[in-house]
Amino acid sequence: MNDSLHKDKERSVRKGAESSGKTGGALFVRAAPIVTSKAWLGLVPFFVFIFAFMIIPAGSLLIGAFQRNDGHFSLVNFSKLFRPNIISSYMVTIRLSFVTALGGGLFGFFIAYAICLGGLPKGIRSFMSTFSGVASNFAGVPLAFAFISTLGRMGLVTVFLRTALGIDIYEGGFNLYGFWGLAVTYIYFQIPLMVLIIQPALDNMKKEWREASENLGASSLQYWLHIGIPVLLPSLLAAFILLFGNAFGAYATAFSLTGGLINIVPILIGAQIRGDVLHDPNLGYALALGMVFIMTLAILAYSWLQRIASRWMK
Amino acid sequence: MKNGGATRKAMSWFWLIIGLLYFFIPLLSTFLFSLKGKKGVLSFVAYQHVFADPKFLQSFLFSLQMSVYTIIVGLVLIVPTAILINLKIPKAKPVIELFSLMPFVIPPVVLAFGLIKFYANPPLALVSSPALLVAGYVVISFPYIYRSVDTGLTSMDLKVLTEAAQSLGAGWLSILFKVILPNLRTALLSATFLTFATVIGELTLAVLLAWPAFGPYMAHVGRDLAYEPAALAILSFMMTWGSISLIQFLSRGIPGAKSEIGGLH
Repeated sequence: MNDSLHKDKERSVRKGAESSGKTGGALFVRAAPIVTSKAWLGLVPFFVFIFAFMIIPAGSLLIGAFQRNDGHFSLVNFSKLFRPNIISSYMVTIRLSFVTALGGGLFGFFIAYAICLGGLPKGIRSFMSTFSGVASNFAGVPLAFAFISTLGRMGLVTVFLRTALGIDIYEGGFNLYGFWGLAVTYIYFQIPLMVLIIQPALDNMKKEWREASENLGASSLQYWLHIGIPVLLPSLLAAFILLFGNAFGAYATAFSLTGGLINIVPILIGAQIRGDVLHDPNLGYALALGMVFIMTLAILAYSWLQRIASRWMK
Repeated sequence: MKNGGATRKAMSWFWLIIGLLYFFIPLLSTFLFSLKGKKGVLSFVAYQHVFADPKFLQSFLFSLQMSVYTIIVGLVLIVPTAILINLKIPKAKPVIELFSLMPFVIPPVVLAFGLIKFYANPPLALVSSPALLVAGYVVISFPYIYRSVDTGLTSMDLKVLTEAAQSLGAGWLSILFKVILPNLRTALLSATFLTFATVIGELTLAVLLAWPAFGPYMAHVGRDLAYEPAALAILSFMMTWGSISLIQFLSRGIPGAKSEIGGLH
């Protein structure tokens, strides 16, 4: 009898040890089932907020895009997206995003490579990281002003090139308020963004890989072709897509630089909100939906590439 | 091989210098431009004009107020959610991470469009209330706040700390205020400054919802004047620099803390 009692005790102790081993504390275990259902309740305020101010308003655009002006279901807005002025507006936006993502991406990659693996003094890296954080946040109205002071008609660099070197960039066809002016301005925040997002991938390039390939007699070119680029490619493409999306959705910089005169999709949507320039609100919803659609594709491609890239991140 | 190293180093210096030129020439010319307010001499007269304009202070204070509300609402909503998810419901983590990508998929201009359409008519006529602007700002800054808080939570041993506090008899409130939040101080400050830097000069939502905020004020000045906008750009740059340097200063030494990717404009 005594013996069985002892055994019982032992069993319960072992049970306690088992469960505490699983979740880390007897007290916690006893409370767990109740707290968990309460825990789900704790997420309610956040999700209510996100649905009320992000998902549902965006969803209402979705519904509007599938309606005629009299409220009936229709696909007519999507056929209107193929009007020449809207097609050209999408094309300009895509071209602008592509050019600035490529230019900013390449340039940013070289800078990131220089500060991560280029053998520069250590302090430079932390300075450049801080500076990239600042410069990637320095967008919108102030950035437009900075470029007007630099490359506008009276900008200091424009004037300097004209008076000191005899080069008139505006005679040469450059216009800060046109496509290339906007591109040069966007690249200002695209480069530092690239520097920030590509650094982790560069830090994962193992020294041993380079040493091993050198020991086997590979040249620098061979190292890059067979090791460097294949390893980095998913990260580079993911970064490119992020930069593309970043430029695709940008409104503030373009608005304050061109005064809303350049024909890109965010500006067109902004003009529609401010004064129904399309004379057709439902077409505006379709326009916005097209934008969300492209951004969704971008983010799906981004997360897929990130997963591939993370294979090397061990 | 030694030669290869030297070439690599030279190339690194080359790209670094080109990059620094691209970054600093616009800043330098903006600064010089801002000093040209008086003919023939360099002066700070453009800055004096900026500060003398009562609308400068009004719009700045308005945006400051909006950023304070955004920070409060954002932290109150997101911090408990992030703690719950890390501690109790790790299953929900992919869901919230998906949501934190959504503001990227829905650019501010589309968000503004949706908010205006949905909240235009009674009973939900919020369009004329600053609450809608703050709500939009919370949506925009949610990814930054969430990521800062999540990094802070994963870099401390949340489970062990909570269990230790529980076994010493602490209730949930005292665990939150005496154990978790003090350890999250750095992450919270980072989130605060990042939100501030995002909201203070924000243009898109403010202009489309028609609020007299600092961003629209700057854009307005840019339409009418020449040297004052340059002065405003320099002031904004200094504010951004201040916020980001503070974040980096605060988060040094936290394992796994990365400098936040801001700039998704």
